[in-house]
Amino acid sequence: MAKDAVTIRVQSEDFDPGVETQRLHEADPTVGAVATFLGLVRAHPQEDGAVTTMTLEHYPGMTEKALAAIVDEARRRWPLTAVTVIHRVGPLAVGDRIVFVGCASSHRAAAFAACEFLMDYLKTRAPFWKKEATASGETRWVEARASDEERALRW
Amino acid sequence: MALSIKYFARVRDALGTSGETLAWNATWQTVDDLRQALCARGGAWAETLSREEIHCARNQQIAAWNDPIADGDEIAFFPPVTGG
Repeated sequence: MAKDAVTIRVQSEDFDPGVETQRLHEADPTVGAVATFLGLVRAHPQEDGAVTTMTLEHYPGMTEKALAAIVDEARRRWPLTAVTVIHRVGPLAVGDRIVFVGCASSHRAAAFAACEFLMDYLKTRAPFWKKEATASGETRWVEARASDEERALRW
Repeated sequence: MALSIKYFARVRDALGTSGETLAWNATWQTVDDLRQALCARGGAWAETLSREEIHCARNQQIAAWNDPIADGDEIAFFPPVTGG
Protein backbone atom coordinates (compact mmCIF):
# COMPACT_ATOMS: atom_id res chain seq x y z
CA MET A 1 0.00 0.00 0.00
CA ALA A 2 1.35 3.38 -0.98
CA LYS A 3 1.98 5.79 1.87
CA ASP A 4 -0.30 8.35 0.22
CA ALA A 5 -3.16 5.86 0.56
CA VAL A 6 -3.26 6.63 4.29
CA THR A 7 -5.22 9.73 5.29
CA ILE A 8 -5.36 10.85 8.93
CA ARG A 9 -6.98 14.16 9.77
CA VAL A 10 -7.92 15.81 13.07
CA GLN A 11 -10.01 18.86 12.26
CA SER A 12 -12.79 21.14 13.49
CA GLU A 13 -14.46 21.29 10.07
CA ASP A 14 -17.13 18.85 8.93
CA PHE A 15 -16.33 16.27 6.23
CA ASP A 16 -18.29 14.64 3.39
CA PRO A 17 -18.55 10.84 3.88
CA GLY A 18 -19.43 10.37 0.20
CA VAL A 19 -16.34 12.22 -0.98
CA GLU A 20 -14.15 10.34 1.51
CA THR A 21 -15.57 6.96 0.46
CA GLN A 22 -14.97 7.76 -3.21
CA ARG A 23 -11.35 8.74 -2.47
CA LEU A 24 -10.73 5.32 -0.89
CA HIS A 25 -11.13 3.46 -4.17
CA GLU A 26 -11.04 5.84 -7.15
CA ALA A 27 -7.27 5.63 -7.64
CA ASP A 28 -7.01 1.83 -7.42
CA PRO A 29 -8.98 -0.59 -9.66
CA THR A 30 -7.92 -3.56 -7.49
CA VAL A 31 -10.20 -2.40 -4.66
CA GLY A 32 -13.21 -4.67 -4.40
CA ALA A 33 -14.54 -3.58 -1.01
CA VAL A 34 -14.76 -0.40 1.05
CA ALA A 35 -16.06 -0.58 4.62
CA THR A 36 -16.79 2.72 6.34
CA PHE A 37 -17.91 3.78 9.82
CA LEU A 38 -19.53 7.12 10.58
CA GLY A 39 -19.86 8.25 14.21
CA LEU A 40 -22.40 10.92 15.21
CA VAL A 41 -23.22 13.00 18.27
CA ARG A 42 -26.38 11.33 19.54
CA ALA A 43 -29.22 12.50 21.72
CA HIS A 44 -30.02 10.59 24.94
CA PRO A 45 -33.81 11.16 25.03
CA GLN A 46 -34.32 8.66 27.88
CA GLU A 47 -32.05 10.58 30.26
CA ASP A 48 -32.65 13.69 32.30
CA GLY A 49 -30.60 16.65 31.17
CA ALA A 50 -30.40 15.47 27.57
CA VAL A 51 -27.21 16.38 25.76
CA THR A 52 -27.46 19.26 23.31
CA THR A 53 -23.83 19.99 22.54
CA MET A 54 -20.51 18.26 22.95
CA THR A 55 -16.93 19.51 22.91
CA LEU A 56 -14.14 17.26 21.70
CA GLU A 57 -10.71 17.95 23.17
CA HIS A 58 -7.49 16.32 21.97
CA TYR A 59 -3.74 16.32 22.58
CA PRO A 60 -2.30 18.01 19.46
CA GLY A 61 0.68 16.06 18.21
CA MET A 62 0.11 12.91 20.27
CA THR A 63 -3.37 12.33 18.84
CA GLU A 64 -2.07 12.24 15.27
CA LYS A 65 0.81 9.93 16.29
CA ALA A 66 -1.57 7.59 18.13
CA LEU A 67 -3.89 7.41 15.12
CA ALA A 68 -0.94 6.72 12.80
CA ALA A 69 0.21 3.89 15.09
CA ILE A 70 -3.29 2.37 15.11
CA VAL A 71 -3.49 2.55 11.30
CA ASP A 72 -0.03 0.95 11.02
CA GLU A 73 -1.23 -1.90 13.24
CA ALA A 74 -4.32 -2.41 11.05
CA ARG A 75 -2.15 -2.47 7.91
CA ARG A 76 0.10 -5.07 9.56
CA ARG A 77 -2.89 -7.31 10.27
CA TRP A 78 -4.94 -6.98 7.06
CA PRO A 79 -4.17 -6.44 3.34
CA LEU A 80 -5.52 -2.89 2.99
CA THR A 81 -5.32 -0.78 -0.13
CA ALA A 82 -6.26 2.51 1.51
CA VAL A 83 -7.26 3.77 4.97
CA THR A 84 -8.86 7.06 6.03
CA VAL A 85 -9.40 8.22 9.61
CA ILE A 86 -10.98 11.64 10.22
CA HIS A 87 -11.85 12.84 13.73
CA ARG A 88 -13.41 16.20 14.52
CA VAL A 89 -12.52 18.35 17.53
CA GLY A 90 -14.12 21.41 19.11
CA PRO A 91 -17.81 22.14 19.69
CA LEU A 92 -20.36 19.80 18.05
CA ALA A 93 -24.16 19.54 18.21
CA VAL A 94 -26.50 16.53 18.29
CA GLY A 95 -26.56 15.00 14.81
CA ASP A 96 -23.10 16.27 13.86
CA ARG A 97 -20.56 13.88 12.39
CA ILE A 98 -17.66 13.14 14.80
CA VAL A 99 -15.58 10.42 13.20
CA PHE A 100 -15.11 8.66 9.88
CA VAL A 101 -13.12 5.47 9.39
CA GLY A 102 -12.84 3.90 5.94
CA CYS A 103 -10.89 0.84 4.82
CA ALA A 104 -10.41 -0.33 1.24
CA SER A 105 -9.27 -3.84 0.32
CA SER A 106 -9.63 -6.41 -2.44
CA HIS A 107 -12.24 -8.32 -0.45
CA ARG A 108 -14.82 -7.46 2.18
CA ALA A 109 -13.52 -9.54 5.10
CA ALA A 110 -10.36 -7.45 5.55
CA ALA A 111 -12.24 -4.18 5.03
CA PHE A 112 -14.93 -5.02 7.61
CA ALA A 113 -12.49 -6.34 10.21
CA ALA A 114 -9.99 -3.49 9.86
CA CYS A 115 -12.74 -0.88 10.09
CA GLU A 116 -14.07 -2.33 13.36
CA PHE A 117 -10.55 -2.79 14.75
CA LEU A 118 -9.68 0.84 13.97
CA MET A 119 -12.77 2.15 15.77
CA ASP A 120 -12.23 -0.11 18.81
CA TYR A 121 -8.60 1.00 19.09
CA LEU A 122 -9.35 4.65 18.38
CA LYS A 123 -11.93 4.76 21.18
CA THR A 124 -9.54 3.33 23.76
CA ARG A 125 -6.07 4.47 22.64
CA ALA A 126 -6.29 7.85 20.90
CA PRO A 127 -6.21 10.91 23.21
CA PHE A 128 -9.61 12.51 22.68
CA TRP A 129 -11.98 13.56 25.47
CA LYS A 130 -15.69 14.40 25.22
CA LYS A 131 -17.40 17.00 27.37
CA GLU A 132 -21.20 17.08 27.18
CA ALA A 133 -23.43 20.09 27.82
CA THR A 134 -27.15 19.95 28.52
CA ALA A 135 -29.79 22.52 27.54
CA SER A 136 -29.53 24.01 31.05
CA GLY A 137 -25.85 24.69 30.41
CA GLU A 138 -24.54 22.04 32.80
CA THR A 139 -21.36 20.38 31.54
CA ARG A 140 -19.86 17.00 32.36
CA TRP A 141 -16.91 14.97 31.10
CA VAL A 142 -17.97 11.70 29.49
CA GLU A 143 -16.86 8.64 31.48
CA ALA A 144 -14.80 5.95 29.73
CA ARG A 145 -16.76 2.70 29.40
CA ALA A 146 -15.37 -0.69 30.37
CA SER A 147 -17.28 -2.20 27.42
CA ASP A 148 -15.14 -0.16 25.01
CA GLU A 149 -11.94 -1.54 26.55
CA GLU A 150 -13.38 -5.08 26.41
CA ARG A 151 -14.13 -4.62 22.70
CA ALA A 152 -10.57 -3.42 22.04
CA LEU A 153 -9.11 -6.39 23.92
CA ARG A 154 -10.86 -8.83 21.57
CA TRP A 155 -8.33 -8.09 18.82
CA MET B 1 16.82 22.35 30.97
CA ALA B 2 13.33 21.58 32.20
CA LEU B 3 10.25 19.40 31.79
CA SER B 4 7.24 20.51 29.79
CA ILE B 5 4.13 19.22 31.56
CA LYS B 6 0.64 19.17 30.07
CA TYR B 7 -2.74 18.45 31.66
CA PHE B 8 -5.86 17.53 29.71
CA ALA B 9 -9.64 17.31 30.13
CA ARG B 10 -10.89 16.76 33.69
CA VAL B 11 -7.33 16.69 35.02
CA ARG B 12 -6.77 20.19 33.66
CA ASP B 13 -10.11 21.36 35.08
CA ALA B 14 -9.28 19.93 38.52
CA LEU B 15 -5.79 21.46 38.58
CA GLY B 16 -6.84 24.78 37.05
CA THR B 17 -3.96 24.81 34.56
CA SER B 18 -3.29 23.31 31.12
CA GLY B 19 0.42 22.95 31.73
CA GLU B 20 3.65 24.26 33.14
CA THR B 21 7.40 24.21 32.73
CA LEU B 22 9.12 22.59 35.68
CA ALA B 23 12.83 22.80 36.52
CA TRP B 24 14.54 19.42 36.15
CA ASN B 25 15.32 17.56 39.37
CA ALA B 26 18.18 15.10 38.98
CA THR B 27 16.71 12.78 41.63
CA TRP B 28 13.75 11.92 39.37
CA GLN B 29 14.25 8.58 37.65
CA THR B 30 10.77 7.50 36.63
CA VAL B 31 7.54 9.11 35.51
CA ASP B 32 6.12 8.15 38.91
CA ASP B 33 8.82 10.19 40.68
CA LEU B 34 7.49 13.26 38.90
CA ARG B 35 3.91 12.31 39.78
CA GLN B 36 4.87 11.96 43.46
CA ALA B 37 6.54 15.37 43.38
CA LEU B 38 3.39 16.95 41.92
CA CYS B 39 1.18 15.12 44.45
CA ALA B 40 3.34 16.56 47.24
CA ARG B 41 1.83 19.96 46.41
CA GLY B 42 -1.25 18.64 48.20
CA GLY B 43 -4.91 19.62 47.66
CA ALA B 44 -6.24 19.05 44.14
CA TRP B 45 -2.78 17.91 42.99
CA ALA B 46 -2.66 14.99 45.41
CA GLU B 47 -6.33 14.17 44.92
CA THR B 48 -6.23 14.23 41.11
CA LEU B 49 -2.84 12.79 40.21
CA SER B 50 -2.96 9.93 42.75
CA ARG B 51 -6.09 8.51 41.10
CA GLU B 52 -5.60 5.03 39.74
CA GLU B 53 -7.24 5.73 36.37
CA ILE B 54 -4.96 8.65 35.47
CA HIS B 55 -2.82 8.04 32.39
CA CYS B 56 0.54 9.49 31.53
CA ALA B 57 2.35 10.07 28.24
CA ARG B 58 6.07 10.66 27.84
CA ASN B 59 7.07 12.54 24.69
CA GLN B 60 3.60 11.88 23.23
CA GLN B 61 3.72 8.10 23.79
CA ILE B 62 1.65 6.33 26.46
CA ALA B 63 3.97 5.66 29.41
CA ALA B 64 3.97 3.25 32.34
CA TRP B 65 4.58 4.74 35.78
CA ASN B 66 7.95 3.04 36.06
CA ASP B 67 9.17 4.30 32.67
CA PRO B 68 12.32 6.40 32.85
CA ILE B 69 12.11 10.19 32.73
CA ALA B 70 14.78 12.56 31.39
CA ASP B 71 15.52 16.25 31.31
CA GLY B 72 13.74 17.91 28.37
CA ASP B 73 10.84 15.44 28.28
CA GLU B 74 7.26 16.42 27.51
CA ILE B 75 5.06 14.69 30.09
CA ALA B 76 1.26 14.70 29.96
CA PHE B 77 -1.34 13.60 32.52
CA PHE B 78 -4.91 12.85 31.45
CA PRO B 79 -8.01 10.77 32.25
CA PRO B 80 -9.12 7.70 30.26
CA VAL B 81 -9.82 8.65 26.65
CA THR B 82 -13.40 8.98 25.34
CA GLY B 83 -13.14 9.77 21.63
CA GLY B 84 -14.82 8.18 18.64
